[in-house]
Amino acid sequence: MSLAEAETQSRDVHDKTVPSGARPLLTVDHLTMRFGGLVAVNDVSFAAGDAEITAIIGPNGAGKTTLFNCLTGFYKPTVGRLTLDSSGRQHFLERMDDFRISQKAHVGRTFQNIRLFPAMSVLENLMVAQHNALMRASGYSVLGLLGIGGYRKAEREAVDWARYWLEQVDLVDRADDNAGDLPYGAQRRLEIARAMCSRPVLLCLDEPAAGLNPRESAELNALLLYIKEKHQIGLLLIEHDMSVVMEISDHIVVLDYGRKISDGTPAFVRGDPTVIRAYLGEEEDDEIPPEVVADLAPVLAGTKPDPSDGEGR
Amino acid sequence: MEYFVQQLINGVTLGAIYGLIAIGYTMVYGIIGMINFAHGDIFMIGAFIGLITFLILGVAGITWVPLALAIVLIVAMLLTSVYGWTVERLAYRPLRGSHRLAPLISAIGMSIFLQNYVQLLQGARVRPMAPVVKGGVTLMEADGFAVQLSYVQILIVVVTVALMTIFALIIARTSLGRAQRACEQDRTMAALLGINVDRTISLTFVTGAGLAAVAGILFLVYYGVIDFYIGFLAGIKAFTAAVLGGIGSLPGAMLGGLLIGLIETFWSAYFTIEYKDVAAFSILVLVLIFRPTGLLGRPEVEKV
Amino acid sequence: MTVEASRQAGGTEGTDLVALLKEAGLAALVALGLGISIIGIRTVTIPGGLGLEYRWDWVVIAVVSVFVGRFVLALRRETRSPAKRAEREVVMNRIGATVQRVSKIAGPVLVVIAIALPWMPFSNRYIVDIATLVLMYIMLGWGLNIVVGLAGLLDLGYVAFYAVGAYSYALIAVHFDLSFWLCLPLAGLFAATFGVLLGFPVLRLRGDYLAIVTLGFGEIIRVVLLNWYEFTRGPDGISGIPRPSFFGLPFSRRVQEGEQSFHTFFGLDYSSMHRIMFLYYLILVLALITNFFTMRIRKLPVGRAWEALREDEIACRSLGINPTNTKLTAFAIGAMFGGFAGSFFATRQGFISPESFTFVESAVILAIVVLGGMGSQIGVVIAAVLLIGGTELFRELEQFRMLAFGGAMVLIMVWRPRGLLAHRDPTLRLSAGGQNAGAKGGAS
Repeated sequence: MSLAEAETQSRDVHDKTVPSGARPLLTVDHLTMRFGGLVAVNDVSFAAGDAEITAIIGPNGAGKTTLFNCLTGFYKPTVGRLTLDSSGRQHFLERMDDFRISQKAHVGRTFQNIRLFPAMSVLENLMVAQHNALMRASGYSVLGLLGIGGYRKAEREAVDWARYWLEQVDLVDRADDNAGDLPYGAQRRLEIARAMCSRPVLLCLDEPAAGLNPRESAELNALLLYIKEKHQIGLLLIEHDMSVVMEISDHIVVLDYGRKISDGTPAFVRGDPTVIRAYLGEEEDDEIPPEVVADLAPVLAGTKPDPSDGEGR
Repeated sequence: MEYFVQQLINGVTLGAIYGLIAIGYTMVYGIIGMINFAHGDIFMIGAFIGLITFLILGVAGITWVPLALAIVLIVAMLLTSVYGWTVERLAYRPLRGSHRLAPLISAIGMSIFLQNYVQLLQGARVRPMAPVVKGGVTLMEADGFAVQLSYVQILIVVVTVALMTIFALIIARTSLGRAQRACEQDRTMAALLGINVDRTISLTFVTGAGLAAVAGILFLVYYGVIDFYIGFLAGIKAFTAAVLGGIGSLPGAMLGGLLIGLIETFWSAYFTIEYKDVAAFSILVLVLIFRPTGLLGRPEVEKV
Repeated sequence: MTVEASRQAGGTEGTDLVALLKEAGLAALVALGLGISIIGIRTVTIPGGLGLEYRWDWVVIAVVSVFVGRFVLALRRETRSPAKRAEREVVMNRIGATVQRVSKIAGPVLVVIAIALPWMPFSNRYIVDIATLVLMYIMLGWGLNIVVGLAGLLDLGYVAFYAVGAYSYALIAVHFDLSFWLCLPLAGLFAATFGVLLGFPVLRLRGDYLAIVTLGFGEIIRVVLLNWYEFTRGPDGISGIPRPSFFGLPFSRRVQEGEQSFHTFFGLDYSSMHRIMFLYYLILVLALITNFFTMRIRKLPVGRAWEALREDEIACRSLGINPTNTKLTAFAIGAMFGGFAGSFFATRQGFISPESFTFVESAVILAIVVLGGMGSQIGVVIAAVLLIGGTELFRELEQFRMLAFGGAMVLIMVWRPRGLLAHRDPTLRLSAGGQNAGAKGGAS
């Protein structure tokens, strides 16, 4: 399917193809998550391509973070299948414990409200991310305690890998400071670096641009694109900042009230009337005045300042 | 059969006492999410204040039992509440927002402090008290075994049921109860809506201590002996009751207390009395393994 | 932040003397409420029941001191800037860092002093005995520090593992006549097994459950030891536990025909000090092993994972760390060192009974860890010397010991929740990694 076709084609709600035609890395099948009577995610299906940035957008309470928590095992989905297909091996994420999803399926994530190890140094944060590899190298601590085996070498390599990521997020100078002492923007970058240190094949980012100033936000875009290009992994992104979403995403999935309402390329989603309606909070049947659509289009396109953020670029 | 009925009566009596203490644990856990290790010792202090008040009334010549009991209950509830309030104010309130272990360590420190405080001031030896409420009724008799329902047991169950009813009404109907439930749900939001969170938490400790004081007095009149160490085991068992019932749930605490009382009594009656403390503990571990939310508790959704 | 909030709630602005007096008055009123019963009236046993003894003077003293204390505190609070808390934290952290840095040099010096201690001219049997006791608590403190300080798991029943170690040593040694050096690892293994059995169901749950379960477990072990007469001889305890030998040479005065003892082998005159000194060196070695182990494992991935779990468990899970297993290793290793210390205790005393394994012991060990500064090895040493050595020196104040420990635990938590000397150095530095990364040199 050509790109031009994809941009105009209307897609089914249960469509699980990647609009660009890339190989699907993650396939979400009929995912439903209920909390008591509340249905936070309702029968959502989509696919995220390998070496692509897939953004999940939607108003507050649309179920985006719940979807992430299902993907990374923090919640067990009520119904649904989550398949991660990397290098020929399939992992069914809904069956795995949270830590095994990172350990075996190599899905990394960051959190909406940053979760670092504040009393440990920046470098140590990155070393903890390489825990499983280092555990093996230290002979599950037995050899490491006795000082035999290749642990020293493995540790040196782990430090080098950490240094590489510190360079990418520009934190080499703060490597030995406590993570809790870093400014907010740096903590966000460190969390991404930490997730990358665990060598994921799919990286899930929960609002990485929240609270960043325009300059930091632009740097973040560059970093995410670099990760995609250089390391060829899939990125899944929850974001409210449309300038980030529209600029770097290859594929956008729109959720509203737990349901998927749109799915396609940025160009397609930008023009999808259902999306515009959801963002305006209109009833399904109401006609949207054309001038409102005109006003909203640039917001969704990310070319005009998002009124809620107050700052433009 | 008669033996069984007797144990049932004894178990319900003991369970009533545990239930009263368990409410204090469950309320505090519900509102600030910590185990108040010092709560067992608050119960012990309540028992001591009750004992002292009984003796003073004896000196003053007030010997009409219903009046004496009423005065003792009121005085002990009031004075023990001061302890509950002070413990929260000194040891827990400054720690809100501190790291995870701090309030727990502070609580265990407070517990050690209170035990030794009472030991130093009131002596380490057990304090026996002459029975206040004597007598009872024989419910049934067979094969030389009489099922006794003593007046003390009736008193304990009646007082407990009355207090729990009043307490349930307070939580359900008054603004204090509403504030408490609001703080349990979301403390920040409650504060934004103009609820004085500090005061609500203080009042939670005060009511918890008041109920523990009643439990202490009931323990005193039931067993007739107390010492500075009674709070330790009673505390663990009451906490087990709270976990069994579902921590955070008030009806759960009452139910859990009742069950723990029954289990402990039957265990002592039919197995071994030496290991009766092991019973409660084994239940705690089993509940934590198989049903961490307890009988009436709601599953806790982890905030990620 | 919470402190600021409660200050606001206090309702004083500026140095308003009347308001301060009112505040102090209220505090005094609370003190009166607290004191009037428990402090003011004491129940005493008299013939024919209980009598009362009044001590109103004590109540007056308590109320007045609370009034004055509260007033002074309030005055200080009003005249000092609110930024003090953060400032104090910085100062305390610097002190902690200095102590840690000094301890890098002072550590070996202390070890040398410890080795030389029995040979000092002032040294005698009593001093060596106290030093042995202090070292025992240092070892227990270091063992518990792995669990509480590094992994952030509150173990309130550490004495249970100490008891398991002591009883397994005693029972194995008495019944199977195995040597100390064989029993020691077995005792550690038993204690660690208990740790795993207890920890496995509970460590999956919220941290506070572990605290209460360990608290209960400590008590249960004691109940079982008291009542399982056939196995543990109940309250009578186990006596005649074999004393340690110097690689097969016993420290006995009389020697059986054809055998040798320590003093005959080395051609020395018999002295009871030999055994005491041997025990002293034994615990010194055991304690140093504990320390060496901890220092080393802290720098290994599992040690970092313990600390990371203490900081944020959810983040750990997102990075592929198995939280239950990782916590379980910390819990089991802590239990193992408790078991080692227990077997040393058994061989030193020659007699053990459930009396030695009460909750008070757990509380003392926890106090050592908390007061010294969670995670700080040197802090444990200082706290153990002060708390154990101190109470040995001031025997007449013995009865106030636990009161002071409990109070101190609360005060430290309010004042500096990580512990007095808590300061953490990173386990590795980028700048030390070889290439110059342009980062600042670091303290080490």
